Amino acid sequence: MKTKPNALKIAGRKSRAGLQNGHPVVPLRERRLNFGDKWDYAPAPEESKNYLIAPRHELFINGKFVKPQSGKHFPSINPATEEKLTEIAHGDAADVDKAVKAARRAYEKVWGKMPGRERGKYLYRIARIIQEKMRELAVLESMDGGKPIKETRDVDLPLVAAHFFYHAGWADKLNYAFPGRTPRPLGVAGQIIPWNFPLLMAAWKIAPALCCGNTVVIKPSKTTSLTLLRLAQIFQEAELPDGVVNVITGVGETGTAIVQHPDVNKIAFTGSTDVGKQLAQMVVGTGKRITLELGGKAANIIFEDAPIDQAIEGIIAGIYFNMGHVCCAGSRLLVQEGIFPTVVRKLRDRIQTLRLGNPLDKNTDIGAINNKPQLEKIRELVQSGADEGAEVVQSRCPLPARGYWYPPTFLTGVTASHRVAQEEIFGPVLSVMTFRTPEEAVERANNTPYGLSAGVWTDKGSKIFKIVSQLRAGVVWANTYNKFDPTSPFGGYKESGFGREGGLQGLAAYSRLD
Amino acid sequence: MKTSARLRPGGQTPTLRSATFPPVAATQRRITPQTTVDQVMVEERAGAFAKRSIKTSAKLAGLKLAISMMDLTTLEGKDTPGKVAYLCRKALQPAAPKYGVPPCAAVCVYPNMVKYARKFLGDGSPVKVASVATGFPSGQYPLRTKLDEVRRAVGDSADEIDMVIDRGAFLDGDYAKVFDEIASVKEASGPAHLKVILETGELVTYDNVRLASEIAMQAGADFIKTSTGKIQPAATMPVTLVMLEAIRDHFFATGVRIGMKPAGGIRNAKQALAYLVMVKETLGDDWLTPDRFRFGASTLVNDVLMQIARTVDGNYQGSDYFSLP
Repeated sequence: MKTKPNALKIAGRKSRAGLQNGHPVVPLRERRLNFGDKWDYAPAPEESKNYLIAPRHELFINGKFVKPQSGKHFPSINPATEEKLTEIAHGDAADVDKAVKAARRAYEKVWGKMPGRERGKYLYRIARIIQEKMRELAVLESMDGGKPIKETRDVDLPLVAAHFFYHAGWADKLNYAFPGRTPRPLGVAGQIIPWNFPLLMAAWKIAPALCCGNTVVIKPSKTTSLTLLRLAQIFQEAELPDGVVNVITGVGETGTAIVQHPDVNKIAFTGSTDVGKQLAQMVVGTGKRITLELGGKAANIIFEDAPIDQAIEGIIAGIYFNMGHVCCAGSRLLVQEGIFPTVVRKLRDRIQTLRLGNPLDKNTDIGAINNKPQLEKIRELVQSGADEGAEVVQSRCPLPARGYWYPPTFLTGVTASHRVAQEEIFGPVLSVMTFRTPEEAVERANNTPYGLSAGVWTDKGSKIFKIVSQLRAGVVWANTYNKFDPTSPFGGYKESGFGREGGLQGLAAYSRLD
Repeated sequence: MKTSARLRPGGQTPTLRSATFPPVAATQRRITPQTTVDQVMVEERAGAFAKRSIKTSAKLAGLKLAISMMDLTTLEGKDTPGKVAYLCRKALQPAAPKYGVPPCAAVCVYPNMVKYARKFLGDGSPVKVASVATGFPSGQYPLRTKLDEVRRAVGDSADEIDMVIDRGAFLDGDYAKVFDEIASVKEASGPAHLKVILETGELVTYDNVRLASEIAMQAGADFIKTSTGKIQPAATMPVTLVMLEAIRDHFFATGVRIGMKPAGGIRNAKQALAYLVMVKETLGDDWLTPDRFRFGASTLVNDVLMQIARTVDGNYQGSDYFSLP
């Protein structure tokens, strides 16, 4: 029973007159996908009218909203429209002192000596209220920070609740977390968080601190204070004892005042490497503990044997998620040379299907750049890439007239010596580079002052284990990217900081182990 | 006995490619290994399309587009000319004229019903006649009888042939046999369009779906189609995505645009819109046409019509207000 191969017969039959098997053949140069408006999606905005934003927001000290000592406020802008959303209190050193005193009192009198199972009940309650108000918080987060509602709804808020649930679960089991050691609280934790994931970073900081019996003075970024203050209202609703969490809004100096306050026992900072270094110097010799989660320039390594179409999705998720305002963004793409043309062609097509616009539209993939200085920094760095000879590829999507916007962008022809390959851009901009062998991939991936995260794409499991063990990065994703979970510790090597958040290691960062 | 021209994933595919396709620019002639599919990420990506929010005008336009892409199907042992008549009339005029709904793309029937379908639709009908063939649904028949079936269906003036691949041969690794059968059926189909059913529910892995898609397209398929509807699971979003990606890569490699037909399991308007979103964002506007994308379905049509009526009239109507196919 032989089957007769008739491939040759087919071959002989087709290539006449631009036809193949009777199909018209599109010439090589004209082969492109047409992502036009044949069937365009109508606007699908999330309802936002019912969520009222007070015209002015005060500091949250000792369980109450109080005016700043200076009496000053600054405007908070919606980056998608450049309209003023509200006014935020400008806290200074005097307000910080009040907050630290309240936190100290709460620590000494209530929270520090409360049994873990009782603390856990508060955390569960907070987590459940967050779940109930998820839609509102997601809308506010999108309006305040420019993040697409799809992401705040499906990523930020579920993770915020998950962090409170996770740490609520630990609160009465801390004595079993570190065998042979007894964890004790540190005291008052001073926390400074960035603007890229305002609520999520607050959850990463507040939940483990409270779980371990510490009290908190926390400062949000100047551009994104709104949702943390809404979270403070949730603390009130949960009847969290006064002073356990205090929110001081303000500017850089406000953060400095927290770090320099003599009665703060622990500093946790997420933000830029420059500021992190300054803060680290401030605490030298003070006995304060410090954990830093700083910048990154992660390598996303795509091997020839990777599942390419899925790797493309991983590249997209790695760099365009949250407009690239992600410290662990996969901003350096390392592609094995053999598949470089294919990957670039697919990326070119894929960024064309990303929808940029109103962050509250449920179909928006790319929202607004969080603030104007950041937009200028992105522009400046892309220009430097072009000046240094890289080819800039951008989505042709139209940009809204008002607001801060930057289209999904990648640069090819980038080498390790380009600025765009070295500096953190913190925007929707990907630098594409190539490598030849696995050894070279590892060498190039590690060739950065940072070490927060990395990605590896290959169909071969053994290769994953081999490469991952050689990468000097705190988080390495294999065949996926930008996946977060409260059980998994997160943190960096080298200039990406030290200390871990999440998981057991995250608990240790808020405990003294006796 | 296996032939010497066996195809294996990652192995001999390029040999065949070079024999099949005319030489093109040097960059296109590089030998790339058979690409693999990652299950977790492809399912995540497919799920993302269903999250698009399709409202108002986009919804109405999408639903009408979906109707125009439907292959209304009846594939039962109890099919009669009378039943086929119902189906044909429904395909020609799915809803009252005031809704402005286009006719369906085709009716899909067993070979014995082709001549009746042609009679009810007439010549030059906007609705095509598609016939399943090649020992549908199992495909476990000798090639000779399969080809005979195809020739008869085409002789009865079927416009389209929906063949099944030999899954036994595929899972046995005899890819050349699969290829050759498709090529032979293509030849026997003559002017009729050939849709090749992979029966993805029996191929099980996404890697298999990807390879079978590649073989079918290289062997001469005009469309690749997920399922017979007789095996569960039938069409799913991730399986369809894997096939759309294979079509995309085939287009860039050869310049030929192959069509896609998910069949079975698409039961409501919301699912249909999610598939259209997937086509739009994977292959673009050139595939948003009945010439390149079809839904194989028997019960989908009235759910879509119900949503169209809801969008136009502002309220839902009961199922008795929509004629049965």
